[in-house]
Amino acid sequence: MSAKLKINTDLAKTILTGFIHSEITRAGFSRAVIGLSGGIDSALSCVLAAEALAPENVLAVRMPYKTSSIDSLEDAQRVISKTGVQSLTVPVTEMVDPLFERFPEANAMRRGNIMARARMIVLYDQSEAFGGLVVGTGNKTEILLGYSTLYGDSACAINPIGDLYKTQVRQLSTALGVPDEVISKAPSADLWAGQTDEDELGFTYEDVDKLLYLIVDERYSPAECVDAGFPQEFVQKVITRIRRNQFKRILPPIAKLSNRTIGYDFLYLRDWGT
Amino acid sequence: MKKTIALAQINTRLGDVQANLEKHLMYVERALVAGASLLVFPELSLTGYALQDIAHAVSHRPTPEDEIFAPLLAASRELDLVVGFVDEDQRHRFYIAGAYLSGGKVLHVHHKVYLPTYGLFDEGRFFAWGDSIEAFDTPLGCAGLAICEDFWHASPPYLLWLDGADILIFTSASPGRGLTDEPKLESARWVEHINQAYASLFTSFTVHANRVGYEDGLNFWGGSTVFDPNGNLLVRGPYHEEALVIAEIDLNQLHRTRARLPILRDERTGLVQRELERILNKNGGGR
Repeated sequence: MSAKLKINTDLAKTILTGFIHSEITRAGFSRAVIGLSGGIDSALSCVLAAEALAPENVLAVRMPYKTSSIDSLEDAQRVISKTGVQSLTVPVTEMVDPLFERFPEANAMRRGNIMARARMIVLYDQSEAFGGLVVGTGNKTEILLGYSTLYGDSACAINPIGDLYKTQVRQLSTALGVPDEVISKAPSADLWAGQTDEDELGFTYEDVDKLLYLIVDERYSPAECVDAGFPQEFVQKVITRIRRNQFKRILPPIAKLSNRTIGYDFLYLRDWGT
Repeated sequence: MKKTIALAQINTRLGDVQANLEKHLMYVERALVAGASLLVFPELSLTGYALQDIAHAVSHRPTPEDEIFAPLLAASRELDLVVGFVDEDQRHRFYIAGAYLSGGKVLHVHHKVYLPTYGLFDEGRFFAWGDSIEAFDTPLGCAGLAICEDFWHASPPYLLWLDGADILIFTSASPGRGLTDEPKLESARWVEHINQAYASLFTSFTVHANRVGYEDGLNFWGGSTVFDPNGNLLVRGPYHEEALVIAEIDLNQLHRTRARLPILRDERTGLVQRELERILNKNGGGR
């Protein structure tokens, strides 16, 4: 891991647990709901939320599809057992299969998006049932690359880990005692057998995090990234991905007509008044 | 002469001036118990920081008639106070402001002269730029007030020093940023660094009150400090936690330090003025 990407995990934990506690309680809640996939990102969010709010105030929801890997379910259980959070298993098979049957030609992208959005429906329903806010699990790498489903796995009330690159997520997860099985396995959206993020993206998180750090945090130009040793094609591919996925990172633009328009000149933080 | 200074390293409620006032008065009680002569609150302590469009709804005038300032002025009969607020002038310009209250009176109001409007900051969009840097007399001696970005520039502390300030009072609502493998954030490291530098360069007391808490995704890191005229750290508050931070300062240290190190005596202000004029003329005038 690049020295510049190394983080002080105690400080990160202090800031992120404080953030979760502050932003959930001032919204009038004391509990959190998290979709636990068995992967490292949701495991870390779960550990942080349990630390911030106490385990009994966190509901971890496992939402397998019938083809989901049994390892994912077991790894999620490891996180539940380790943290002592409340848990629930709600398979999405019965929710999504009718749509898959209606559109049998739907490709893997469509099917993956449908599953991600079905899980969002379950989480937001549990948000109301459990009385907790949905805590997000998207990291900085995937947000920048747009490697997520809009209104699916990216939907949340707050996101504690969205300013940590994937390799930093690994570092913090190790420090906070996320089970080894979860940390060491290849990251995967688990939409089909053998799928891995790195195969699909075409590069490793280790490599892309170093490049993203230069582009985003250090404001390197593409030419400077190439000078720093990254292949031109890789740099261009990543920069294009970042630009093309900007739409996933902002609220839909509202067409301005009046003198005061939400998003342009009606500006308030969400913490307004609290 | 020894004096106790207290720094109210508080969290605030965004846009809820009444709730913030109540917290101020609570900290006044605590500071009195601690025997403090001066209690310093952070930047925008009465309103919260990232006000955006709330800014115009939470302004107050530092007068005895104002419902928020009346109890603060009353409290200032027992100890001096520095509070942060939004000031609206007669012509309805809004400023990020700090007021020094003492003996039931407003001794000084400072309008922030540097409004960061870059990166995560957007102050210039919502606030007017202050236009003066002046030291003022207090029961503790001559002091100067600067607010956050004001002391990221070297000139306001320098001017306060030349104008007579022996106690530099800095207030901040500094968003934490720059997580590395170090135990403190880069923003914290930088601010502490320059506070120590000002104390050393100006052989003055440098007092910094920074807030804590969160506003949406922003965290405020606290770590309020007092440095003495030798540049030694007298106290540092905890990071990311509310605290009343207490320091005892020995005003005689000014005498001892400046006897050893007469930087103020030797400062060539005429030279500065001549060179500044030359530089500004060369560049077609300054801002």
